[in-house]
Amino acid sequence: MELTTVWFALIAFLWIGYFVLEGFDFGVGMLLPVLGKTEPERRAILRTIGPVWDGNEVWLIVAGGATFAAFPEWYATLFSGFYLPLFLILVGLIVRGVGIEYRNKESSLRWRGRWDVLIAVASFIPALLWGVAFANIVAGVPIDGDKQFTGNLFTLLNPFGLLGGATTLLLFLTHGLVFLALKTEGELRDRANRLVTPVGLVTAVVAVAFLAWTNVQTGTLVSSVVAAVAALAFVGALIANRLRREGWAFLGSAVTIALAVASLFLALFPDVMPSSTNPVYSLTTTNAASTPYTLTIMTVVAVIFTPLVLLYQGWTYWVFRKRVTVQPSAKR
Amino acid sequence: MLSRWQFGITTVYHFFFVPLTIGLAFTTAGFQTAWYRTGKEQYLRLTRFVGELFLINFALGIVTGIVQEFQFGMNWSSYSRFVGDIFGAPLAIEGLLAFFLESTFLGLWIFGWGRLSKGVHLTTIWVAAVGTAISAYIILAANSWMQHPVGYEVNQAAGRAELKDFLAVLTNVTALITFPHTIAAAFMTTGALLTGVALWRLVRRKGPDDGAFRATAKAGAVMLLVSGLLVAVTGDIQGKIMTDQQPMKMAAAEALWETEQPASFSLFTIGTLDGSQNVFSIRVPYVLSFLATGDFNGKVLGINDLQKIQEQKFGPGDYTPNTPVTYWTFRLMIGTGILAAAAALWFLFRMRKGRLPGRGTLAIAVALPFLPLAANSFAWMFTEIGRQPWIVFGLMTTATAVSPTSTTLEVLITLVGFTLLYGVLAVVMVGLMIRRVRAGLPEATADKGFEHEAEPELGFGY
Repeated sequence: MELTTVWFALIAFLWIGYFVLEGFDFGVGMLLPVLGKTEPERRAILRTIGPVWDGNEVWLIVAGGATFAAFPEWYATLFSGFYLPLFLILVGLIVRGVGIEYRNKESSLRWRGRWDVLIAVASFIPALLWGVAFANIVAGVPIDGDKQFTGNLFTLLNPFGLLGGATTLLLFLTHGLVFLALKTEGELRDRANRLVTPVGLVTAVVAVAFLAWTNVQTGTLVSSVVAAVAALAFVGALIANRLRREGWAFLGSAVTIALAVASLFLALFPDVMPSSTNPVYSLTTTNAASTPYTLTIMTVVAVIFTPLVLLYQGWTYWVFRKRVTVQPSAKR
Repeated sequence: MLSRWQFGITTVYHFFFVPLTIGLAFTTAGFQTAWYRTGKEQYLRLTRFVGELFLINFALGIVTGIVQEFQFGMNWSSYSRFVGDIFGAPLAIEGLLAFFLESTFLGLWIFGWGRLSKGVHLTTIWVAAVGTAISAYIILAANSWMQHPVGYEVNQAAGRAELKDFLAVLTNVTALITFPHTIAAAFMTTGALLTGVALWRLVRRKGPDDGAFRATAKAGAVMLLVSGLLVAVTGDIQGKIMTDQQPMKMAAAEALWETEQPASFSLFTIGTLDGSQNVFSIRVPYVLSFLATGDFNGKVLGINDLQKIQEQKFGPGDYTPNTPVTYWTFRLMIGTGILAAAAALWFLFRMRKGRLPGRGTLAIAVALPFLPLAANSFAWMFTEIGRQPWIVFGLMTTATAVSPTSTTLEVLITLVGFTLLYGVLAVVMVGLMIRRVRAGLPEATADKGFEHEAEPELGFGY
């Protein structure tokens, strides 16, 4: 396999990791003020993602860095072209991160209530816009012969892009619900568990529509099969949740997101950013790539350190595997 | 131009938190080690106290860091296309090697109290601290490549610079000297914060914890002085390397228009610094020669000569950075640094044999943490503005590096957006820090983590 293909696969892997992990963080963030009726419940909700959300976000930073290193032209066209959506995503990520860390640092309920709303909104924005961005990447955007994006914000807000946004938004919401049902106890767990089915059914309709549309437009046989398996995994997740097998349900929703993203990348390959202006102008794994020398070095580094990262991040989840209990109030 | 403002503002802002994060990570690890070794409760409470300040900082450091990575593509896409083959790798490796370590192990540390064994828990904060240092080295290597590109070749056909020797990029002499300079500055900044905070507690909030704060104030002042010395030594070596690599920056730092041998150093100048008559200036002979070359009689090239040399090399153009800004940021960097060291020395003297500085010194104690912060900012402005008009010295100019597609309006929106958001967050963050300092050392037991800490019952009895 060529190095450029390896790096396309690796970048896909990083995005899959990011969406599977940060996906439930976004879901939990959006659900925080809705599902948490009381202050102790909200604290418990945040504690489910507290130890891990920051490590999850690094998947994005590495995905961005890897794109810069392996496909500079892709990175440059994408980040300068999707300028305002990325700005909004950044604002969302900033506010959400600060909110999660700062919320509990003051005792006033007003302070906390405000942050809760901000965390929810700031989780909503990236959850929506990542889908818009990826739908547009796969479908193709206006790119000229100089590899420059020639559209604007409204070019991206087309029906297909918005359907992609709704898909990630709803998938992350379901993923967050399943995660909360897995990680909490008592009434909070029941509430999350009950919500999975109705939210999940809406999600299924939207996601199937989006993935079908994508695969009809640009899909291959493999990407279509992967999308179909993703749909099956989602059905499995909903059934497992009904049976209160929450571990299996979470596995199901994680596999769904992983395969859905994989399907998008498979439909994209060997392009990395197709041009809707003229297919000749499309950015591909070949014409957007770095030199073989750089890719070789990066491969060596990735081969050594990626398993290490997986190992210690996995360990973190093991350390914090217990369900979070709602604690009425801290003891003095 | 707007993109430059945006990168400048977001970078300087980001770098308020970076040095404190590095320094406080190691300080927290140090206190926790002391607790682990001695079992004294005082060290545990100091660990929690400093740890809180660290976490408040770290939260902003990390979220503003994402902006830094994204900006290269958003605002500087032509730069990214030209140097991506070289510049992208360090960013990716920084994430894979350092950011994963920092954030994962910090999560373990914050929530691991009572869940991990004491030894393992102590290890997590050390791993996170080492992560911050690794990250600093890699990103400084990337910046050093912009100051002094090595290990590359320009491929004219592909229209980009290509990596030829990655080891050369990682062992760039500029990076090797900038790293200790920056790390020492980080500890200087942290020392100043600890001294200022502890002194404020000692003078304004006398109480049972005076012993702990007294030790902290002294340790902070010593930390500031030792690292200050290191900053000076490494800075001096840097100056000589810089004169060698970017002579124009040194000339602009002195606003030296004509070549001199030996060259004098002006402490300050009243005037326009544009090469016309300076109104007034205090000059110390031979010093610039020494700073630039290590020889009191060394020859220092002036801006006019360097401009001619560069015109011959790179073709017609203006190769002179903004001289007044370069001149003053250089002096302010050194000046605020020296002032901080002087204040630390004086506080140490006033605290000898159990004495205490009077209430009148409170203002200085409060101002102290801001001095190295200011020095850091001036230092970055100096080294980045002094490199202009280049974005990569000798290879690419800043003017050609911006994204051709983003409109003025778009850049303006994000510039204003980031500035407002950062401003609000700064107020929130400083407010939280002050609350923590007012609250003093938290009650601490080894098994309760931070998630319980800000409960109404705890520590807000004022």
